[in-house]
Amino acid sequence: MKKKKTGLIYVTPWIIGFLVLTIWPILASFYYSLTDYSLARVGQTPDFLGILNYINLFKDNTFIQSLKATLTYTVFTVPLQLGFALFVAFILNFKLKAIGFFRTAYYIPSILGGNVAVGVLWRSMFQPEGLVNTFLGTFGLQPIEWLSTPAGAMTVLVILKVWQFGSSMLIFLAALKDIPQDLYESSSLDGASKFTQFCKITVPLITPTIFFNLVMQLNNAFQEFNGPYIVTRKGPLNSTYLASMFIYDKAFKEFDMGYASAASWVLFIIIVCSTMILFASQKKWVYYSDGGGK
Amino acid sequence: MEVTPSLAEKRKAQKQKVQVFVRYFILTIVAIIMLYPIIWLVGATFKSNSEIFTSIGFIPKKIDFQAYIDGWNTKGNYTFTLYFINTFKYVIPKIGFTVVSATITAYGFARFDFPLKKIMFSLLMATMFLPQVVTRIPLYLFWKDLNMLDTYVPLIANSVFAQEPFFVFMMIQFLRSIPRDLDEAATVDGCSSFGILWRILVPAVKPALLSCVIFQFVWSFSDFLGPLIYITSQENYPVSLALKLNVDPSTNTPWNQVFAMSLISLLPAIILFFSAQKYFVEGVTSSGIKG
Repeated sequence: MKKKKTGLIYVTPWIIGFLVLTIWPILASFYYSLTDYSLARVGQTPDFLGILNYINLFKDNTFIQSLKATLTYTVFTVPLQLGFALFVAFILNFKLKAIGFFRTAYYIPSILGGNVAVGVLWRSMFQPEGLVNTFLGTFGLQPIEWLSTPAGAMTVLVILKVWQFGSSMLIFLAALKDIPQDLYESSSLDGASKFTQFCKITVPLITPTIFFNLVMQLNNAFQEFNGPYIVTRKGPLNSTYLASMFIYDKAFKEFDMGYASAASWVLFIIIVCSTMILFASQKKWVYYSDGGGK
Repeated sequence: MEVTPSLAEKRKAQKQKVQVFVRYFILTIVAIIMLYPIIWLVGATFKSNSEIFTSIGFIPKKIDFQAYIDGWNTKGNYTFTLYFINTFKYVIPKIGFTVVSATITAYGFARFDFPLKKIMFSLLMATMFLPQVVTRIPLYLFWKDLNMLDTYVPLIANSVFAQEPFFVFMMIQFLRSIPRDLDEAATVDGCSSFGILWRILVPAVKPALLSCVIFQFVWSFSDFLGPLIYITSQENYPVSLALKLNVDPSTNTPWNQVFAMSLISLLPAIILFFSAQKYFVEGVTSSGIKG
């Protein structure tokens, strides 16, 4: 039989990394969040403040606004992105010709989306005289003030994220392929419409996939950084000043590490709580065909 | 109902035709809208700055590579040659370390029993859902204390220690799909555990390794926040930071040059995608994915 030690040797690098690069930083950032640790004041030992940073955060209008903006961003992007991904995957799953072409076309934005170049392109497209307004103009529509109004700037960011629905779509498509065709066939004999089939057969059978995508996309959206940093910056009235950008500015521009750590813990707790709520809600709406469990 | 069977069938066939048409129509419109920005970007790199924002058409009046030349050379002291070299200085080691560390870790989890394995596996899975935002500040201070700021070490370290659970998880999934009979036969033949991994499993999971290479390439190449935090001097800038540098003074952006360099920075990912599409799709669907 294999020796117990052999396996441990293989996972040792991971264990070291986990302790030093994952667990320790989590604990350390909690500790920093209770101090006034700042790199701006050289040579001063940080004082222990207790929960003062947290109290100050909740009096800090800029931080509250950044949480609101993050929440707005998440609430709009996640359902839109997943809904769109599922809808397109559903259509692609009919036996169509050229499915490979469309799959490629829809997936490309997901590959390129994280790139600064796309952020730069987005920024130019939504300028007052940019591509989008010129496009609207050809239909005789009034130009829209995208980047100079709070709602407009947020819309630009949401479109950028929803545009990258490709990887969710691929995951959905793989799940849809696993649904036995005869389920659809027997229900169309009973006269069920495509829409009924979608609601009664497709969606229930792929709830585990919806769940997985939901958790991952929620996690991503709460921590979005590149979009606002490159495309809209803080946005008018801080409308797109998302929490991760607030944390970045506090930590790496003002070097206020204690305060920034506290902000990162607030965001961390929000994300962990919403993930846990989702996991707890699984029983209500996620159907595992093998009778529960992961 | 006075409808003859043949008429009913005709109607049904007609209805089906309409449905198929509607599907293609929707798919095509969506595809055009989605890809148009990229297509337009390609055209814009050849346009003059005065021409770029005048029309939604993507075809330039004349093909002019000047924007590429000026953009590549930049107005500053450094050219994109340096920025690309800098990028590859961490992207290539990162890919190498990722493949090795993810495979070894996955091998340990997929094939062996050891104390606390269940707990460790749960922790590994939990890190998939760990918001990275909370580790950023202590890690920065950690690398600062080690005098590693403005080097590529902080960008690579996570890969050395298999701290990107997506890759480990993907490798575990693939290793599990390979029958254990193979390694047991090799054990009987006196093969060491490492020999089994190297001679039997690695060749069998080559597609998965390729998926790791491809995803790590695309992600680390486009990584922006990492370099933004750790790389401070311009001579060490990777492409992602250099691109941002070009659009910072918002008043007089030479858009055609910015677009030309943007397109060049997207090319590696585009080329890789078209030459290895299969591995992208397999990687996404085997384990689910971020992004």
